[in-house]
Amino acid sequence: MDMVVKEKAKSILDQYKYKPGPDKESTHYCPGCGHGNVHKMIGEAVDELGVAERAVLMSPVGCSVFAYYYFNMGHIQVAHGRAPAAATGVKRSQPHAIVMSYQGDGDLAAIGGNNILQAANRGENMTVFFINNAIYGMTGGQMAPTTLLGQRTSTTPRGRTRANEGFPIRVCELLASLEAPVYLERVALIDPKTTAKARKAIKKAIQMQVEGRGFSLVEILSPCPTGWKLSPVDSREWIAKNMLPVFPLGVYRDRSKEELPPNEEPKIETVAEALGIETGETATIRKSSAPLPETVRMKVAGFGGQGILFLGEVLAEAGMQAGHRVTWLPSYGPEMRGGTANCHVVISAERIGSPTVTLPNVLVAMNRPSYERFVDDVVDNGMLLYDSSLIEGVPVPERLRSYAIPATQIADSIGNTRVANVVMLGAYLGITGIFTREQALKALRLHIRRPQLLELNEKALDAGMKAASPKK
Amino acid sequence: MARKLMKGNKAVIMGAILADCRAYFGYPITPASEIAEAAADYFPRLGRTFLQAESEVAAINMVYGAAATGVRAMTASSGPGISLKQEGISYSAGAELPIVVVDIMRGGPGLGNIAPEQGDYFQVVKGGGHGNYRNIVLSPNCAQEMCDLTILAFELADKYRNPAVILADGYIGQMMEPVDLSIREIWKPEKPWAVDGTSRTQGNLVSSIHLSAEELEVHVEHLFKKYQTVEANEVRYEEYRTEDADVILIGYGVVSRIVLSAVDAARKKGVRVGMIRPITLWPFPTEIIRKRAESVEEFVVAELSTGQLIEDVRLAVEGRKPVRLFRRTGGMVPSAEEIVNILEVREGVA
Ligand SMILES: Cc1ncc(C[n+]2csc(CCOP(=O)(O)OP(=O)(O)O)c2C)c(N)n1
Repeated sequence: MDMVVKEKAKSILDQYKYKPGPDKESTHYCPGCGHGNVHKMIGEAVDELGVAERAVLMSPVGCSVFAYYYFNMGHIQVAHGRAPAAATGVKRSQPHAIVMSYQGDGDLAAIGGNNILQAANRGENMTVFFINNAIYGMTGGQMAPTTLLGQRTSTTPRGRTRANEGFPIRVCELLASLEAPVYLERVALIDPKTTAKARKAIKKAIQMQVEGRGFSLVEILSPCPTGWKLSPVDSREWIAKNMLPVFPLGVYRDRSKEELPPNEEPKIETVAEALGIETGETATIRKSSAPLPETVRMKVAGFGGQGILFLGEVLAEAGMQAGHRVTWLPSYGPEMRGGTANCHVVISAERIGSPTVTLPNVLVAMNRPSYERFVDDVVDNGMLLYDSSLIEGVPVPERLRSYAIPATQIADSIGNTRVANVVMLGAYLGITGIFTREQALKALRLHIRRPQLLELNEKALDAGMKAASPKK
Repeated sequence: MARKLMKGNKAVIMGAILADCRAYFGYPITPASEIAEAAADYFPRLGRTFLQAESEVAAINMVYGAAATGVRAMTASSGPGISLKQEGISYSAGAELPIVVVDIMRGGPGLGNIAPEQGDYFQVVKGGGHGNYRNIVLSPNCAQEMCDLTILAFELADKYRNPAVILADGYIGQMMEPVDLSIREIWKPEKPWAVDGTSRTQGNLVSSIHLSAEELEVHVEHLFKKYQTVEANEVRYEEYRTEDADVILIGYGVVSRIVLSAVDAARKKGVRVGMIRPITLWPFPTEIIRKRAESVEEFVVAELSTGQLIEDVRLAVEGRKPVRLFRRTGGMVPSAEEIVNILEVREGVA
């Protein structure tokens, strides 16, 4: 293709060092192929913008898989269709880099369709060069999403039909339906005039990124003489005659003149600050204050909304604050939504093996179904705490040490049914004393999301402690 | 130093932060979502990248891109998502990119359920993606290890320029335990091979393609030698009461916790039993199992899968001693009592 190139772009290598074999000077592309032309234009644009050192080129899967042979830039070769995703990873990690995703129509519009759509929609500050040659070149001329109706390829031997393959995808039009892209243009390699426009568009698309504007894409209708089984000259005519009616050239989005929003520097925390390692509320790491008579293997159960998992968490936290080893294991997922919730808490002086509690020595039952489901599992002489405002008239096994706590009633009298769980916490503390009131309060402080509720919870804790008295 | 009660899933992100992981790309899935949620909370505050990708395929390729620039990057998911990540894991292994992937296993195959299982062992430990490669696979069994082994995963990934995977189950991810956090020395190598958009790395190439047969064989051999070095240097495991054991139980993840309780309970009944817990699933602790095979009567492999871990144990034992399988699946997690019971029945369970 005749182009007015004054001298070779400096971003294009003289010797293609990554190209295997003795010939390090000619490209791997077929005669008349458009990829080489686009490469040159990218090289020139990168030179003119002075960004070669910062340039990172994403080589796709397709004929341009070896795009990295030719440029003096940074190169990342990626999986089929994934260049926009990988480029996102690059740009987010190295915002100063000028990231260019170079993709064919199979790569971009078929296998990577969602990846380009989503990168465009996020407005990734990157530049995409999209080579539309209406065919899969590398794998030997199969149908692409951009193959024209009636066009014969090795997988549409009788021509693409709307009935079987549907219509060709128009990428610029599709992306123009999104808010975020800042520059979308379709150009073609037909004659010197269209080629000059292509050159301008390619430079502009990189310029947009340099200015920090966001997502740009240039679609280039590009000849594939081998795939189309036409001469290089006929191929260019074929673009003009057959592709232009389906893929109209033009600018589909241009926000190059808009004012950019000011850059706001976010406040960055240190690791110690964020993790609360030095400054945050942290546990004193020490040996257990009061030795545990035996490992507590507790099941806490009730219905969703009673704060069952929360109660378990706070029990485990208080146990930890007291210097014990603890585990907390929830029933999670749909089980939680099904109306009942339970969790397993182990508090121990020893290393804890199994975190699951099948045979508890403490059962905290907050409603009747939970009571009925788990009471028989409790080991002999185990402890049973139940909310006697909700569980009435049940036979309480003689073999258990049972405590009837009217937790819901007490909570109501304090002013909020929802703190019945903390009343239970207070009762358990009052009965066992395996952690202190201060430790329980600290645990509550650490796990309550809304600090204004702390006072209410403290009241509930104290009321629970007071209510703790053996039933029989 | 701080001691905090947290879920294993959150502890992963604590480890990632301490290991100076700069970018997290993920897609929600139970029971792994708290990892993404913790990253979404902490990473932006630390000036690091968190992005919810459009799919697991996109997420792993974002990790690929980020890791190619030399920063530490990670993703996490559960079985269905890990299946989708296999493409990017294979490409990362081929391109020798250090990446960290976390798999919080749930029930399968297919959509299965969200309860804990260990059915991803083959997919993660034996490959899963295409081609001749290995994942370095670490298997935590408590929240503290979720943090510490995540740090180690980043170090090993960098040391060997290879994917490292944390393979845990729903219980280890969902369970809350105390985690000690401290700012510690983190080993971080120079990465002159990276592509970071500076003049220093201009002209560098990150790629997994080697078109000629000769070249690709050289590359695959290079990877193979690297994997041999990993096997020689990085095996990690825990032994518990094995010195005088007649029976050794082998399990990882939450199973190893239950096995630990079962060992203590069985010892109280006078059964001499011990445990070997692989911490690295690849490289597998073959040597110690082989050595213990000289003195024990049998091995019992306990897993939440239908005979995956047991294959590696059998390869280690090489037929010298019987190897029995104890399995539960579907999210059914055995109790310690159940395991003690099967120890008492010495024969007939397969
Ligand atoms: C996952 C995957 N599927 C299929 C392929 C095979 N493949 C290689 S290139 C290609 C088509 C490329 O076509 P296009 O993107 O249009 O680029 P062109 O070769 O025409 O420049 C395909 C299907 C692959 N490498 N990976």
